[in-house]
Amino acid sequence: MVDEGLKIELGKQGVFVTTIEELYNWGRKSSIWPMQFGLACCAIEMIATTMARYDLARFGAEVFRPSPRQADMMIISGTVTKKMAPQVVRLYNQMAEPKYVIAMGACAISGGPFKQGYNVLKGIDRYIPVDVHIPGCPPRPEALLQAFMTLQKKIEAQHLTGAGRPRHLDAEGQGEFPVPVQGEHDLEPTSNKGVWPLPVIIR
Amino acid sequence: MTIPAHAPEQLKNWNRPRIIEPGGDGDLLEVAMGPHHPSTHGVFRMDVALDGERVIRLKPVFGYLHRNHEKIAESVSYLASMPYTDRLDYICSLTNNWAYALAVEKLTSQEVPERAEYLRVILGELTRIQNHASSIGFLIQEMGASGTPLMYAFREREKILDLFEALTGSRMMCNYMRFGGCRVDASAAWLDAARKVVAGLPGFVDEFDQLLSSNEILMARTQGVGILRPELAVNAGVTGPMLRASGINYDIRKVDSYGIYNRFPFRVPLGDHWDVYDRFMIRMLEMRESIKIVEQALKDIPAGPVMDPKAKIRGFRPKAGEAYGRIEAPKGELGFYLISDGGPNPYRYRVRPPSLINLTVLEDMCLGSDIADVVLIFGSVDIVLGEVDR
Repeated sequence: MVDEGLKIELGKQGVFVTTIEELYNWGRKSSIWPMQFGLACCAIEMIATTMARYDLARFGAEVFRPSPRQADMMIISGTVTKKMAPQVVRLYNQMAEPKYVIAMGACAISGGPFKQGYNVLKGIDRYIPVDVHIPGCPPRPEALLQAFMTLQKKIEAQHLTGAGRPRHLDAEGQGEFPVPVQGEHDLEPTSNKGVWPLPVIIR
Repeated sequence: MTIPAHAPEQLKNWNRPRIIEPGGDGDLLEVAMGPHHPSTHGVFRMDVALDGERVIRLKPVFGYLHRNHEKIAESVSYLASMPYTDRLDYICSLTNNWAYALAVEKLTSQEVPERAEYLRVILGELTRIQNHASSIGFLIQEMGASGTPLMYAFREREKILDLFEALTGSRMMCNYMRFGGCRVDASAAWLDAARKVVAGLPGFVDEFDQLLSSNEILMARTQGVGILRPELAVNAGVTGPMLRASGINYDIRKVDSYGIYNRFPFRVPLGDHWDVYDRFMIRMLEMRESIKIVEQALKDIPAGPVMDPKAKIRGFRPKAGEAYGRIEAPKGELGFYLISDGGPNPYRYRVRPPSLINLTVLEDMCLGSDIADVVLIFGSVDIVLGEVDR
């Protein structure tokens, strides 16, 4: 890292000093393109966030892409049912690295009010890694903006080398996530053990 | 039913066979549109068989958002279903509340105080305005006008949502109506704020109308596209703006005059070309009529309680029996059918969703048209998947 004092001093002389890592992360966090993908009620709040009053464009994220190939981030905006879960995981697999996920709303993070239903997944984080969870039913647009800023901070802090480096720079890192299929009674497998370890129930 | 003389040319052979024979060498291209598709309103799939660009078959696939609403409602108390009704048609939660409250009020024979009836009308019509505005915005968005009309619609929608939030505490999931009235009273300040918002709405509709209605591209894309014959519409049970665009004068606010709708003079716009443009125009005209209703309701609203003090909203056991409460929701006839066996929760709870039933005629409207028009026809039905799949 460059010494802050030296950086300011050099800046006064017209010399701009930075690291590749900072420049790279600054570029990535300032133009996150979300995928145009609405699931349920939260999708309406997601649309409201992009509209004039809340204006997601201030964060460089107004370009909603219909194709997963062109998107950096997926907002899981709503209830994921067992019929929809395979498609969600497949869409996530189709996105190019580096990719991020915001789970928006109570349904996406835990099943929410429909948790007792027989057809509702109890949180999408059972199958794909989620970077930011937003509670609320539905979360207000401000909450989505907050999640956005949280994600930007996370991207900013990522190191390109070392143990904590992102998946796409790690040759061993997992690229594809197994797509669940509808089994006899439930989705098979019921969760991805690598992403979501089974919770230990303390009685 | 006779075809009007000024009807477009396509209608002259409206009696066409249900199955379209492909031309050419008969090779069909099958396309699955959805469940992730930019034009679908949520997670819905259309399996389309194409001959060139012509639609030969269209099979809708539902169920990607089936959230067990009815089953959950049968296992919880009557009051506990109220928040779930918000999430049926999540753009218009207040009209869902109203329909459910009406069904339970019929089941338990409860009366609703005058002021609560007025509040219900005000909120219901505001819901209709914001639903129609955003549904037009989405329709134009799917035509390719990315952003602008939808932004106009959402600018107005935010103002109405502010009113909802001030009164009910939530922007979208209002959970406001109760059996025998409304949850909280509206303050004088809220009514003033509502008057101010409503005073601005005619200007918005004029602006929207000026921006869109005579737009050449919109007319070229929508006129004569997606024709729904009145006899088919009636036989399929289509309701709401879709049915009225097919020229059938059927509005439950007039037919049933539930609540206090017989006190408000308003007109029911009807279409006479039965196409996508008519459905767009009907929504535009209905917004104007709704504004008139809200203006009058805000003027006439009496003082008084919003809740019958004797009404029981929790822990009651209705007598064994059944009731069907229906209202004219922005998308059509929304009905709740309840059977009680005398227990604390309904024995059977059934939603009659306008979106699902309006969607059943999708194939009939799309057959023979281009694949690009399927997106438009689908958008003109104005569905919400939360209500289709429940």
